[in-house]
Amino acid sequence: MSAAAAIIRAGAASGQRPWPRHALSRERWQAMAAALDAADAPSLQGVWAEAERVHALFLDAGSPLAASVEVDGGSYPALSPHCPAASWFERMIHDLFGHTAEGGRDARGWLDHGAWATAAPLGPRQAALPPRVGAPEPPEFLPVEGEDLNQIGLGPVAGAIAEPAHLRLTAQGETLVRLEVRLGYAHKGTLGLMRGTPPRAAARFAARLSGSATVAHGLAYAHAVEAALGVAPPPRAVALRAVMAELERIRAHLDAAAAILAEAGAAFLETRFGWHREAMHEAAGRAFGHRLMMDAVAPGGLATDLAADGAAAIRAALAALAAELPDLVRRLDRSASLGAGIGRIAPDLALRFGASGPVGRASRRASGHGGDARLVPGYPPYPVLGLDVPTRAEGDVAARLRVRLDELPESARLLRALLEALPDGTIATALPAASGEGLGVAESSRGTVWHWVRIEGGLVAAAFARDPDWLHWPLLEAAMRNGMLADLPLCAASFGLTSSGVDL
Amino acid sequence: MTIWQRLRHTLRHGPAPLPAAAPSAETAAALAARLDAAAQRRLGRSLAIRHVGAGGCDGCELELRALNGIVYDLERFGLRFVTSPRHADILLATGPLTRTMAEALARTHAAMGEPKWVVAVGDCAIDGGVFKGSYACLGGITTLPVDLVIRGCPPTPWQVLEGLRALIEANATPAR
Ligand code: SF4
Repeated sequence: MSAAAAIIRAGAASGQRPWPRHALSRERWQAMAAALDAADAPSLQGVWAEAERVHALFLDAGSPLAASVEVDGGSYPALSPHCPAASWFERMIHDLFGHTAEGGRDARGWLDHGAWATAAPLGPRQAALPPRVGAPEPPEFLPVEGEDLNQIGLGPVAGAIAEPAHLRLTAQGETLVRLEVRLGYAHKGTLGLMRGTPPRAAARFAARLSGSATVAHGLAYAHAVEAALGVAPPPRAVALRAVMAELERIRAHLDAAAAILAEAGAAFLETRFGWHREAMHEAAGRAFGHRLMMDAVAPGGLATDLAADGAAAIRAALAALAAELPDLVRRLDRSASLGAGIGRIAPDLALRFGASGPVGRASRRASGHGGDARLVPGYPPYPVLGLDVPTRAEGDVAARLRVRLDELPESARLLRALLEALPDGTIATALPAASGEGLGVAESSRGTVWHWVRIEGGLVAAAFARDPDWLHWPLLEAAMRNGMLADLPLCAASFGLTSSGVDL
Repeated sequence: MTIWQRLRHTLRHGPAPLPAAAPSAETAAALAARLDAAAQRRLGRSLAIRHVGAGGCDGCELELRALNGIVYDLERFGLRFVTSPRHADILLATGPLTRTMAEALARTHAAMGEPKWVVAVGDCAIDGGVFKGSYACLGGITTLPVDLVIRGCPPTPWQVLEGLRALIEANATPAR
């Protein structure tokens, strides 16, 4: 066991389910932070906060491991000096809760661009803060050092149809010396809205963290609530949740593939993948009454059962895709150079940033497993169904495209198997108006989604959601360092990043 | 329904729901012919749309990208998405308008020439949707004069198309 994991496990375990959370003193937390430099250190998944505490979640050889420290005098020891992946989380915690990461790598604002009525809207000292006056301050960017450098700002309104994000490019001629991402434009105050509502009602906020992964977010949230309250969804709900999740995965992979191929100028392939994506949308709409399947997953089970002709609609869309996919992949193979060598992420860096989904699985280490939450840590029904997780080692645009395409037949196989053997019965279990703390996980098309929730007396007291793109945006920055300016759109498409889930 | 009744209906109730089944080729062709004529009467060219994501969940964007894709073939309806606000006739906004996006939205609108229209797409762009009352949101596209709202969370591509069609036809009517 790594030193950091040993320190965490020695802390007193709380009642968080199904994986306990360990309370550490300030000194032990600091010792844990210092041990995060080690090569075998557990991989950071996220850092979040409550009024008086800061929590960190790791994966230690596939096992979730959570640690907490009390906030003292408005601060807690930073993790970012030893674990760069913690930096954005520390900035978020400061902006939402007012807790300062002592010794943190970066103290600039993150979600708070100065436009909210108050600072630290979720923090314990919020009521005591004076209301803000005057115009918001523009975000601060890293200074430019060196000659012949140009800075270009893109966004927050950029691209034809896109979420808001700001990219700050520092270029020297055709070379992109540095890419700096600034998010926060889509901060909706979701965590604040969840507080004080019954878990079932708060599900609509979880489902709207990221529209392209609404099923996965709804599912991870439902897992967290069910763990907190000790409730098990009925078998039919478990199977249909996987149907929705795999349908969402196929649609999102087709969407990402079409976007990559559009940037690569492969118009015919883009068109065909776009056509199949739309067929999946339609099938989902027929099967569950909503093209994105939003709000269909509910804590305790499902809010929507499969429509009478739903299975047939899904099977028809799958059959059309299966008939054409081999030919499309053959065409792609003929343009073998598409995206090869561009935007490379070394396997060690991917691991250090806890990369998951296609971004992580395209940068596989020789020894490591694929990193898919459906299997590790795993949740029903996947461990029983079995699952083949394709990976690649090249870590470039081509690998990120191919991992997605390689996953399509496997998701289609799962869908057919699930529809073949759908259990009968009810679709939801009632939730008791009880208390508890739960951690839930689900694998979205973009990677692993975590939800954490504390329920007190039947109401959500605190919540957090970790979208996978928290850790993938910084990898895009790394992938483009000293790359060609002209490669940025293609590379960005291969990451398929979203803002809303990270902006909360 | 006259065009004005249709527009009023759309503003109040959202576009009339379209059948879930894919439209037949003839329906699409008829729609396209009508739209082409309407768009051309108004401006002599197709209408250009600048989208602004004002902090939604990306669900509305997803459906707009679907609308812009091959199956719906927006251009034959005389509509296209553009990147420069200077070339845009329609500002199409999604999201509950986060406070952090208010300035960028205002700037995009100011950069557009006249005449211009503002369309609020999706429940959260109309009144904040589920994000109503958040400290971080302004409760929808409240800072600009909105000409048309298209309901749904998210609206389907056909609902968006139906709404835009009503806008084009209304504005093509000389009475305005
Ligand atoms: S209206 Fe619904 S789908 Fe559209 S951005 Fe808002 S929450 Fe997302």
